[in-house]
Order: sequence, then structure tokens, then C-alpha cells
Amino acid sequence: METAVAQAKTKLWTGGKSPFNVSYGKLMMWYFLLSDSFTFGAFLISYGSIRFSQNYWVDHNAVFNSFPGFEANLPLAFVSLMTFILIFSSVTMVLAVHEGHKMNQKGVEKWLFLTILGGLAFLGCQSIEWTHLITHTHPVLVDGVLENWGTTMSHNPWGPHVMFNGAMVATPGPVAFGGYFFGITGFHGFHVTCGVIINIIMFIKTKRGDFQMRGHYEMIEKAGLYWHFVDLVWVFVFLCFYLI
Amino acid sequence: MPEQTTAQVLTHVSDEAHVKRIWKAFWILLILTVLELGLGLVIYQLDKGDPSPWLILFIKGVITIFTVAKAFYIISIFMHLGDEIRSMMLSLAIPATLFIWFIIAFLADGNSFRNLRNTDAGSRIYIEQKVHHHYVPPVVPAEKSDKKLD
Repeated sequence: METAVAQAKTKLWTGGKSPFNVSYGKLMMWYFLLSDSFTFGAFLISYGSIRFSQNYWVDHNAVFNSFPGFEANLPLAFVSLMTFILIFSSVTMVLAVHEGHKMNQKGVEKWLFLTILGGLAFLGCQSIEWTHLITHTHPVLVDGVLENWGTTMSHNPWGPHVMFNGAMVATPGPVAFGGYFFGITGFHGFHVTCGVIINIIMFIKTKRGDFQMRGHYEMIEKAGLYWHFVDLVWVFVFLCFYLI
Repeated sequence: MPEQTTAQVLTHVSDEAHVKRIWKAFWILLILTVLELGLGLVIYQLDKGDPSPWLILFIKGVITIFTVAKAFYIISIFMHLGDEIRSMMLSLAIPATLFIWFIIAFLADGNSFRNLRNTDAGSRIYIEQKVHHHYVPPVVPAEKSDKKLD
């Protein structure tokens, strides 16, 4: 019995079949995603490192408190919408992969199309958020003079408040905030953009019947892995910038 | 003929179970996100007063645990890693444990940097200043404010 198990184990690595029981392409997609998670991890941990080195950091509930079309103070509202969009597009992607297993071309098309729409909706929301942050200015006390600053890579109007001419006014905050926020959400947005492009290519190939002819929908699975990874990264970006 | 029908029924059942599992994972993710948002708003409300930093840290810790749970569901259900064989999972999980060192080392580094700066590398005592953390609406109107005031 034991020798049989040992034999089976050695045979797993003697060639002729995948020892990990997955195809080469899928395994390499996993290893790419592992390396990409370290890239994102390095960015986010560096952000954490700088944030820990400061006595004061911005109050995210004050920075991210607007919702397009509303004047009210709505902390967390818009980013929740973005998060829900991305989670939902992850579900539609996994359903597309599932339809692919069943060789159901129409099903793959339908769910993949919804995934692309979700990705585009997320990117749209992100561009609205960025535009609002950069163009919407706030009074900041700089060297005894009030200036109006937007939130950019070089300007942070979200510093501690001080008394000035009988009113509370913000002072410049840590400049690293803009760089990290736009850098990391931008890098994530770049990943989403790539994901949308990949999904569009997959959609066209599905429509042409390429996968039906090939006999399997493994490409959809690989694109799906990438798309879920984008969602996974967003879960952590959401945590680091908007929640804690 | 009857066998074929049984097989069809069986695939149909396992197929339905699979779709059910996907939607279950979706609802779990949604509920965890809503809970995170709820706790985020609790922090927002607490910040208006003068909360204990330990309480805030505790709530943030709970949110972080929820996030890790979400990551687990995405990886195991959506990315189907839970269905792969053990050696394949380990080939990804073992390198990923580097993150434990990575996070601890670099946050400790940042913390040490702050202490060194605040105390001039230990040569003086740091007295924490109270800063106004939450947003206070400015009294000065925004359009007038870029001209010089004295």
C-alpha cells in the first residue's frame, strides 16, 4: 500500500502530466498574480510605513466625503458604491467561467459582457473621484496666508486645523498622502483597465466561437483569475485608504 | 436510457450546487463589506468626540480581520484555489507568508522613525500635541480666501 502511494507520488513528477493538476498557463497566471501581489503589497506596506512615521495623518472621512450630485457630507458612500460594483463584477466573471465549463457560449457572452460593464463603471467612478479630489479646492493656511488647494501629488490641504482670524483653518498635511493615494489607486486602476481590455478580447473571441472550436474555455478561466485578483487588491486598497 | 437521465440529473444538481456556492460567497462578501462600512461609520461618529485610541485601534483591527476573511472567500471560492490540489496551494501559500515579516518589519520601521524624530534620536522627551483631527468647516468663504489676510 505504502509503496503504491510512494510510486504514485514519484510518478507525479516524472513527466507526462501536470504534477499540480493544472495547465501550464493557469499555473503561470497564478505565479504572476503572486508576484503582482508583492508589488501591490510593497506599495501598500510602504504607505503604512510612512503613515506610521508621521504624528499626523489625514482624516479619510473628511477627504472622501462627497457623492456626485449630492452636496451633503457623505463619508464612505461613493467608495462603497465602487466596492459593490467591483464585487458584483467579480461574481459575473465567476459565472462566465462556470458557463465556460458547461461549454455554453451564450452564457459566457452574457456574463462576460456584464463583467466588462462593471469594470467600465468602476473606472468611471474612479475618474469622477480623482477629478473631484484634484479640482475641488479647500482653504489652507500656508505661511500666514490663506490659499486654496486641491488634493494632488504635491499638495495636501487636509492637515491639522488651527485658529486663524477667529476661525478654524486647515494647514498643509503630510505631502506623501497624495502620492500614495494617486499612485496606488492609479496602479490599481491601470490593472482594472488591463482587465477590461483582456475581457473585451475574450468577449470577441467567444463571440467568434474560438473557444467552442478549441473545445474548452480555459482562457476565460485565466482572464477570470486576473479579474478576481483585481477585486482582491481593491479589498485591501479599500481597507488601507478608506477604512483605517 | 435511464442511466443517461440519472447522469444528466446528477450534473444538473452539482451544477446548481456550484452556482449556489458562488452566490453564497457573493452574499458573504456583501455582508462583510456592509459590516466594514458600518464600523467605518462608527469610527467617524466616535472621532467627533474624544475616543480612546485603543478603542479605535480595536475597531480597525476588527475591520482588518473582516478584510482578510473577504480575501479568503475571493481566493478560495471565486478563484477556485480551494478546489486545487494541496501541493499547488502550498506553492502559493508558502511564498505569501513572507507578507507576515514584510508587514511587521516595515510598520515597526515607520514607528521607530517617528519616535526618533519626535525625540531627536532619544535626546529629549516628546510631548504629544492635541491636534484638531476632524474637519471643522471654515468660516472664511472659499472664493475670498486666496487674497492676503493679516
